[in-house]
Amino acid sequence: MSITQILFWFLTVLTVFSALMVVVSKNPVYSVLWLILTFFCISGHYVLLNAQFLFIVNIIVYAGAIMVLFLFVIMLMNLNKSSEPQKNRWLRMAGVLAGGCLLLIFVAALKNIDIRKQVAETNTGDIGLIQNLGKALFNEYVVPFEISSVLFLSAMVGVVVIGKKEAP
Amino acid sequence: MPINYYIFLSLALFVIGIVGVLTRRNAIIIFMCIELMLNAVNLLLVAFSKMHHLAKAGTDATAGTDGQLFVFFIMVVAAAEVSVGLAIIVMMYRNIHSVDVNFLNRLKH
Repeated sequence: MSITQILFWFLTVLTVFSALMVVVSKNPVYSVLWLILTFFCISGHYVLLNAQFLFIVNIIVYAGAIMVLFLFVIMLMNLNKSSEPQKNRWLRMAGVLAGGCLLLIFVAALKNIDIRKQVAETNTGDIGLIQNLGKALFNEYVVPFEISSVLFLSAMVGVVVIGKKEAP
Repeated sequence: MPINYYIFLSLALFVIGIVGVLTRRNAIIIFMCIELMLNAVNLLLVAFSKMHHLAKAGTDATAGTDGQLFVFFIMVVAAAEVSVGLAIIVMMYRNIHSVDVNFLNRLKH
């Protein structure tokens, strides 16, 4: 077993375990912390796939900005007591059953596809580097890039409008 | 690594996210499960982009760049979505003093 395979399996097990803990944890603060661990593991997968730009963006945007926003909102609401009302047992079992059925169907559908012998190259290839992605982003994708900046501006305006206290 | 492993890893993450959305009642945790599903898709897109790059290695040196840029744009949209969604949750908490989604089934107060 090469070091890449060992790292892949380690990261895979850790990713799935921490994703499960996000769903299982009673306390929302613990859920956020497990989700941060999940994002770091996914970033590790990006490093293995040599997608270094997405690795650093994932750390900065997801594990940095978005998760801090989640923690901030949870602490603002003082939700960190584990007194969340639970769904009743049958509804929860129905949810798990529906998810399990979906998993079963996907596995059955994807078990014998003809690309499964192909290989995603790890530790090599330079399309994930900032130079190549930047060239593609600012040549072919410059219009979507600008539109996404307009999206951010409108999201910012929307957040301010929604979050503002109404006049009594 | 074979693409098969990445497909099933992303599948597991996506289904965990779906189960979380279906079983939890806390609106913030539902949001976090949606983030999990988005990340599963991102991981699969990157894996497919590297697979495509390897398959077209001789002919096209930049094959697979598009997949990674899509991941970048998904992250952009997810950041905007999270900021608006959390603002809505804060507003909801201010009005009904709870983040339980079951209180919202009437769409009025």
